[in-house]
Amino acid sequence: MSETIKADKVFDLKGLPCPMPVVKVSKGIKEVSVGQIIEAVTSDPGALSDFPAWAKTSGNQILKSEQVGKETHFFIKRVN
Amino acid sequence: MEALEKQIEEMKQRLDRLEKKAPSEKISMIVFSGDLDKALAAFVIANGSVAMGLEVVMFFTFWGIPLLRDKKKSVGGKDLMSNMFGSMLPKGVDQAKLSKMNMGGMGTKMIKSIMKKKNVASLDQMLEMAGELGVRIYVCEMSMDLMGLTHEEMIQYPNMTYCGVAKFLEEAIDSRIQLFI
Repeated sequence: MSETIKADKVFDLKGLPCPMPVVKVSKGIKEVSVGQIIEAVTSDPGALSDFPAWAKTSGNQILKSEQVGKETHFFIKRVN
Repeated sequence: MEALEKQIEEMKQRLDRLEKKAPSEKISMIVFSGDLDKALAAFVIANGSVAMGLEVVMFFTFWGIPLLRDKKKSVGGKDLMSNMFGSMLPKGVDQAKLSKMNMGGMGTKMIKSIMKKKNVASLDQMLEMAGELGVRIYVCEMSMDLMGLTHEEMIQYPNMTYCGVAKFLEEAIDSRIQLFI
């Protein structure tokens, strides 16, 4: 599956350790409207389990995560 | 028919009571320790909790209280004991020490420089962030009094209240998570 997802807003979170990635993403998702997509780029290995945990709790949806070198790109859809 | 209506009414009332008892999406923390490492853990959890959609309440008591002192403020007119406590207790988060491997301050210095290098937010930044995110802080009045600390020497924090144990329990009783740090 190599379909490209177009994000409405991109957040560069490279180099930020815990708890900043989830703090920034939880704030960032509110900057788009319901149904829109944000892309979060992180280099924090902890975020690989933190983002899904946050999405599950906040009721938002991770459409795709993509590893590019040391970075991971998360595409998250605002559901509520 | 009448009996059925009565039954439904009773069930409604019971449901109401249950709903009132259900814990809210809230975390209550007691910050007892004034150690840098433990305070860092407390603030990481606090700020992370806001991200997870939780309401956050922090209760500072005993050694945790000096973390909230303002280093720029000094209060005169204290008695001897209060003065002694005042000068021996750290003034604010910047003066907090590691609970282990402090090595006369060397360890604390080292961990602070490593934190900076690795982009980990300092306690000062964490505290500021907590304020912006709406984390509520409560301070134990009795411990303050014991240590001779006054309201005048505390930091400016957007949501800080002085209280006793009942306030903590009121919050904790309907929190899903309670921590003692």
